[in-house]
Amino acid sequence: MLYDIFVDPFVQMAAQPDFLLQVLWEGFVAGILYALIALGFVLIFKASGVFNFAQGIMVVFAALTLVGLHEHGVPAYLALILAIAVMGLLAYTVERVVMRPLVNQPEIILLMATIGMTYFLVGFGEFVFGGEPKSMITEELGLPTGSTAFQIGERGLLILQHIDIAAAVIAIIMVAGLGIFFNKTRIGRALRAVADDHQAALSVGISLNQIWAIVWFAAGIVALATGIMWGARSDVSFALEIIAFKALPVLILGGFTSIPGAIVGGLVIGFGEKIGEIYWGPLVGGGIESWLAYIIALIFLLFRPQGMFGERIIERV
Amino acid sequence: MTSQTIQAHREAHAEAPAETILALNNIEVIYDRVILVLKGVSLTVPKGGIVALLGANGAGKTTTLKAISNLLRAERGDVTKGNIRFHGKEVQALSPNELVRRGCIQVMEGRHCFGHLTIEENLLTGAYTRKDGAGAIRTNLEMVYSYFPRLRERRSSQAGYTSGGEQQMCAIGRALMSKPDMILLDEPSMGLAPQLVEEIFEIVKELNSQQGVSFLLAEQNTNVALKYATYGYILEAGRIVLDGAASALRENEDVKEFYLGVAGEGRRSFKSVKHYKRRKRWLA
Repeated sequence: MLYDIFVDPFVQMAAQPDFLLQVLWEGFVAGILYALIALGFVLIFKASGVFNFAQGIMVVFAALTLVGLHEHGVPAYLALILAIAVMGLLAYTVERVVMRPLVNQPEIILLMATIGMTYFLVGFGEFVFGGEPKSMITEELGLPTGSTAFQIGERGLLILQHIDIAAAVIAIIMVAGLGIFFNKTRIGRALRAVADDHQAALSVGISLNQIWAIVWFAAGIVALATGIMWGARSDVSFALEIIAFKALPVLILGGFTSIPGAIVGGLVIGFGEKIGEIYWGPLVGGGIESWLAYIIALIFLLFRPQGMFGERIIERV
Repeated sequence: MTSQTIQAHREAHAEAPAETILALNNIEVIYDRVILVLKGVSLTVPKGGIVALLGANGAGKTTTLKAISNLLRAERGDVTKGNIRFHGKEVQALSPNELVRRGCIQVMEGRHCFGHLTIEENLLTGAYTRKDGAGAIRTNLEMVYSYFPRLRERRSSQAGYTSGGEQQMCAIGRALMSKPDMILLDEPSMGLAPQLVEEIFEIVKELNSQQGVSFLLAEQNTNVALKYATYGYILEAGRIVLDGAASALRENEDVKEFYLGVAGEGRRSFKSVKHYKRRKRWLA
């Protein structure tokens, strides 16, 4: 038994290094997508302290808008621009209808409001675009679809889907872009200021309403990117919403306020899941991919409740 | 320069020297719709003046400042009566953001620097409302550094790790970055060593005389406040009970006894302490 748990999986890994690499790649790609979803949560949580339950559905809604518009005959790139505009409109509406009236209310009320938003978006999305799963317009958007097989060693084989490579590249560009935005621009600085002390931000003349609309828009764009990538791997349907729950363990691992944390947390969960499923899964009859992440998060909570990169509260002694 | 400001300048020169920049008229503030905190406060700040608002804990000093800067609404407070005029225009309906744009900014009690931002980033957030370009902001930043050389040394450290005095300087410098005509300064002496308090007040005085910034400062440290201010108001339980030129207040027996801690003649027992007989202030 101990042999099965502690030794055998590693023997298997060593026996087929190319397969291990394949598993790691899968884990990396899944991890990046988890990280992107977690990033959406972090943006909104940092700037407004709201845990946005609707982030998952925003991913679906964004992807659905894109695909739905294309189905109605809108060219792919125009549909992409329109989908971004729709996310902007959504951000503006959320700020006006949800955030502004509920400002200063306890956090739980804002959480409830985002749960309400989730169901509104589900209903609205189904009403406008229909409820059946759609396939992502990957080719029309100019994203690569093929795959490349690499020969490793004598008989080893590593297969990389081009869309996965594209996903990784887009995710990295997006994170770098957000990093520059946060650190170098006037609005980015204001966003961090609001995250630190929103009263002081108010006192120096930063308009919270404006900042909220901007972060919701940023989270909307991240959601759209995530939606395209996930949609390309499976279908665009409301079942995608479930992946939003995968963001929870990622957030617990990475900390709710840290962008690097979201990325590293996403990768840890992605790798952990795939490796666990392939090498340790058979011991319990498989299917551990769906719950392993939560167990990792739970263990993590015991030792580091603020997450790996959760911002330390600076306090002078 | 807009035609409005030109107009304002013309008026400034046309009128008598004692032009007011800020005027509160019979302000009443209620928190949470039930708690009456200010019961009709009226005060004026002359252009280019330093006015001290004095009083014990809970007298309503901070509430008065927040009523002016409109930060009250974020704490569920409301100005229910009276009006506030800044540059002669009513401002109680404006957002804090709009008020900063017009030149009135508050430095909050307890400093409230952005802990995870560097000192320089903190200062730059103060220029958030400005539209006059990066060059002008840069010049302004240099001006702030010349008043607070210590901030230049610490420009790239996170504000959360700087000392209390540096944070207070950072908070005042941040306010200066908005190019204000008027700063509402709340308890700048709080938690600082006496020497630093003097240093900060000296800089306030310089800013006042060199940059022409008017100050309304809320202080518990009556001694220092009356040394640097030109005029003072004393608040007690949400009402102004006494006001006068700083020099007159310093000599006032009651102020000496209650706020400066020097008794008139010898020790007195607590039995003989009477509540201060409030001077009635009628509406103008």
